Amino acid sequence: MIALDPRGEERSTRARLEGRTTLVQSFATPTLWVAILFAALLFAMPHTGPVFHWAFPAVEPPVYQRDSFVALFLSHAGIVAVASFAATVIGIAAAVFVTRAAGRDFRGIVDALATIGQTFPPAAVLALAVPALGFGPRPTVVALFLYGLLPIVENAVAGLETVPASVRDAAAGMGMSACQILARVELPLAAPVILAGIRVSVTIGIGTATIGSTVGALTLGTPIFDGIGGNKMPFVLQGAVLVALFAIVTDLIFARLEDRLRPPSAR
Amino acid sequence: MIEIDGVTKLYNGRPVVDDLTLTVPAGAFCVLLGPSGCGKSTTLRMINRLIAADRGTIRVNGEDVAGLPVAALRRRIGYAIQSTGLFPHWRVEHNIATVPRLLDWPRSRIRDRVTELLELFRLDPETYRRKYPHELSGGEQQRVGVARALAADPDLLLMDEPFAAVDPITRDALQAELARIHRDTGKTIVFVTHDIDEALRLATDIAILDHGGLAQFAPPLELLENPASDFVREFVGTQGIGLKLLSVRKVSERMREGETADGEAIPAGATLRDALSEMTARRASTLPVADETGRVVGAISLGDLVR
Repeated sequence: MIALDPRGEERSTRARLEGRTTLVQSFATPTLWVAILFAALLFAMPHTGPVFHWAFPAVEPPVYQRDSFVALFLSHAGIVAVASFAATVIGIAAAVFVTRAAGRDFRGIVDALATIGQTFPPAAVLALAVPALGFGPRPTVVALFLYGLLPIVENAVAGLETVPASVRDAAAGMGMSACQILARVELPLAAPVILAGIRVSVTIGIGTATIGSTVGALTLGTPIFDGIGGNKMPFVLQGAVLVALFAIVTDLIFARLEDRLRPPSAR
Repeated sequence: MIEIDGVTKLYNGRPVVDDLTLTVPAGAFCVLLGPSGCGKSTTLRMINRLIAADRGTIRVNGEDVAGLPVAALRRRIGYAIQSTGLFPHWRVEHNIATVPRLLDWPRSRIRDRVTELLELFRLDPETYRRKYPHELSGGEQQRVGVARALAADPDLLLMDEPFAAVDPITRDALQAELARIHRDTGKTIVFVTHDIDEALRLATDIAILDHGGLAQFAPPLELLENPASDFVREFVGTQGIGLKLLSVRKVSERMREGETADGEAIPAGATLRDALSEMTARRASTLPVADETGRVVGAISLGDLVR
């Protein structure tokens, strides 16, 4: 009889999910394998000369050499991290503001600004930002920040709005302050949706950061643009494969985080 | 004691509560009753200042609520609502402990209080404390919602249609539990409903509201026997009035002490309506009556019901 009880079944599934992930289980995830593959390629790329030489005999040298791929990755990741962190902080703050009584009137303006940020081509932002910020990573950070704001703001607003009115009413009625309601009830309940927004923003940002190489930012896009300029296909391939793997690994890590943050009723 | 004194609340210039004056004595179970839009919920929510009154004052135990810090005021008033408002990301024990945690009670005291409350609502503490709200039935959720409202042992409990969304059988059980808890704890309860039968069953005093004003404030029996206006008469319902009258009187008021009859005894605390129902079902015109210990102390006959 117990086996037929759907609630009982649900409980046992939950118990399994809540149990500590064992070492074996974490090795069994695709996230780890893709991450290992990415790291291996990052370090092994300089030694793949013979392969690329065989495929593209006309290109010399067959592997991009001006910077180490590890250094390119670290610089790339740093640019995305700074831009995404700023977009997350400001995006969530804006979403919190427009979902309060005091900020409700600004909802339209914030939506419009975030949409403009997303629709304005990042390449144009770069061109406009260079005179003010000079060559280097800074214009790229600005372009990525603007580009990444919309998914974060939109998801954070949507997440905060899905908190049931009755839950907020009960929280206020029991004497929680506005800050306590936000920190203990609204943000935790909205967290999975907010995180989904950050995930989209960061993943897009990793791909988009490559164009920063056109204004002097060091990224995994640097070999790509070098290859395009010098007609060296292997460079384009080397950069593109690493950028794609970087984005996939990041996306998978966010997916796991989302699973952890999901409310117990949805697990 | 709650004194509502000349309170008005306007929405877009129109009064939803209009110069309302009402005193709820300490220990009362006061039901605010009326059709939707009569201002009963608004009145309730002005007591803990979820809504601010535009005019008039509300005093709880002699203190003007407008002069108290709002968080402190709400933490000493229990609050339970229709859709429970349980926090879906917190376990039952964490939900019940909401106000004690806000009040920084020590952990061991919180744990003991949660156990005590789960037992009060006949939910096994070890089974239920670690559950999430979605793992509970509607009735269990509502019990946890009321337990949460009682957690910090407030003198006053505000309840906004807490049982409106559960099925009739569960509602019946919850009403019986709430009546028991009111009897055992002597708390003052202000309870909003639009269900006249629920009001008659639970209330010591019923305030019938109409268009934001007080139509009548009286104990259930008086409300049925002497409605103050046609509105009250109509709202209470002329149909089935006899059964309603039976439902607010106890068997103990009409039984003949010392007499006895055949069959299973009914409790002296049951309503006359229960007695009539039993007589009809058993095709018996007289029933034995037992006290709380189960000892037969008298009998009640069909004629006693209409005396």
